[in-house]
Amino acid sequence: MSQASQEADFTVAPGAIGAGRVGTAEVPPDETEVRPGRLGGGRLTKVRKQRSLWGNAWRQFRRHKLAMAGLVVFIGFVFATFVGTAIYPKEIDEIDFSITSGALTWDHPFGTDSLGQDILARILWGGRISIAVGLTAAAVAIILGTMIGAIAGFFGGFADSALMRITDLFISLPQLPLLLMISYLFKQPIGDFFEDATGSRTLGIFIMIVIVIGALSWMPTARLVRASFLSTKEKEFVEAARSIGATRSSLIFKHILPNVMSPIIVAATLGVGAAIITESALSFLGLGFPSDIPTWGSMLYEAKDRISFAPHEAMFPGLMIFLTVLSINYIGDGLRDALDPRKSQ
Amino acid sequence: MGRYLIRRLMVSIVTLVAISMVVFSILALAPGDPFGELATNPNFKPETRERLRKQFGLDDPLHIRYQKWATEYVQGNWGESIAFRTSVRSYLFSRIPVTLAIVGSAFLLGVLIAVPIGVISALKQYSLFDQFATTFAFLGFSLPTFFTGLLLILVLSVKLDWLPFVFDSQVEGVWPNIKQSIMPIVVLGLAGSAQLTRFVRASMLETINQDYIRTARAKGLREQTVVLFHAMRNALIPVVTIVALQVPEIFGGAVITEQIFRVPGIGRALIDAIGAADTPVIMAITFGVAVLVVLFNVIADVLYGLLDPRITYT
Repeated sequence: MSQASQEADFTVAPGAIGAGRVGTAEVPPDETEVRPGRLGGGRLTKVRKQRSLWGNAWRQFRRHKLAMAGLVVFIGFVFATFVGTAIYPKEIDEIDFSITSGALTWDHPFGTDSLGQDILARILWGGRISIAVGLTAAAVAIILGTMIGAIAGFFGGFADSALMRITDLFISLPQLPLLLMISYLFKQPIGDFFEDATGSRTLGIFIMIVIVIGALSWMPTARLVRASFLSTKEKEFVEAARSIGATRSSLIFKHILPNVMSPIIVAATLGVGAAIITESALSFLGLGFPSDIPTWGSMLYEAKDRISFAPHEAMFPGLMIFLTVLSINYIGDGLRDALDPRKSQ
Repeated sequence: MGRYLIRRLMVSIVTLVAISMVVFSILALAPGDPFGELATNPNFKPETRERLRKQFGLDDPLHIRYQKWATEYVQGNWGESIAFRTSVRSYLFSRIPVTLAIVGSAFLLGVLIAVPIGVISALKQYSLFDQFATTFAFLGFSLPTFFTGLLLILVLSVKLDWLPFVFDSQVEGVWPNIKQSIMPIVVLGLAGSAQLTRFVRASMLETINQDYIRTARAKGLREQTVVLFHAMRNALIPVVTIVALQVPEIFGGAVITEQIFRVPGIGRALIDAIGAADTPVIMAITFGVAVLVVLFNVIADVLYGLLDPRITYT
């Protein structure tokens, strides 16, 4: 991309944080404790209470009330979807035509869908897939983006220009149409392949969706990491490390990468929410997970034509997507504040 | 500027060629066959199927097929739809006006919501209004269009019965057409405005603390003049580029919105074509979106240079 749009990215993008400025934390004087020396002698020894960078960030994060609320909600949802199925052990595909689109009852707290299947059970089970897709797809994107950005920023020269051209190409790809197209074209064969190989069709579709979402969303991270690497590698401490003979890999992994971690962490967090929405959108269009594998998106797909007489079928999965993504976005916001050295006290 | 523009356009063309190769290869290498169902249809002789395959050139090697497609595409021939047996070009052009109308209005709505809210938020940072706007933006980020769409249908169509929830292209008259377009436009516009509000706010916050704003106030200009002509004019420069970059994204959002409200536009055409494995149509739409992305990238860069005299392109 050209200078102009890149500059625009960095002037106003909410994700742009003072890159790589996480240094050692200064301990404010009021935190130094004064303890009497051993044996009650007259001497006083000053003991500095050590506070790590992450400890500082955590203290900062805890002050952000909405981020804490988001964290609690998100952990609650993860817990509910991964463990809740044990506490609420109802079958997700138990068909009961006597209670199709049934209202909310004690037996079915979230009602039933068009086949009389229990919606709460499907929400819990589907949430597991939706959240897992979000986490792994964001991980794929972040790892890919960090690798490409780090190589481009650290080595510069030909590697940089080649990798950045590839990044530009990927940014210009028509994301949604490609996503829909690839998902539609490769769902069947990949599903078949995995069914033969591992006996699990869901696993195949899961891997495909994760890779496609990850492969189409690593570019902003790559640019961010490259920019951070470019500025950090010129800093004195890197020069110092180089002068005492640090190897390239230790320069990258031990000296530079930890210092550019904060914007990556924020991008990763927000990426989870974005990936959950993308997966849901795919399933909502009928091109993601098939409807016999409930995810929040595919439940919405099933419910959308029945909204006039069974709104609860759409409401619960939709609310779950909304609340999950909202909580993740607030966690990201809190992390951004907590990891920004300009804001810490 | 002229030389910059020429170089930029050259790079864009190379990018587009690369993208077209990627998309074409994915489509060509994918398993699945637009005439697959004819194989099991007893009314079709295998020879007929073979002839059709030959007619559409499905048996040629990949690079030859790409060459054919590219030369035809450049000449304005986008191929023939396999599902509809009509020219892809005329089929898509019949779908474009609806999409353009809805995306355009949604875009306008998004900007009209985002700019004032963002500016006021920045002027009154940390006020109640700012907090409200921040919350609005967070809700907006987190609400996927497919859920807002269903919510609007539930409230405005099902419960209140004010608006129709299925878009009918046969409807005559201005008012019914406006009525059935309201929900798709609102859904798309709100989704776009959430992000834009944050951009406007961030950009305005940066500007309002500049020295020249203090100077403008110090020399006794009215607050209104300071905000409108000194701050906003500068703050909106990066916003214009962001807006230009968002255009293709909004087109992407139109795919989902058109599906919810059954608007017969480009987005729906894409979904239908994917369902029918109608390769020429998929290729034309996907590549069309790519052209939009690349084009608006160039527009964003050029606009930035035109609006901000500090930036010179060489």
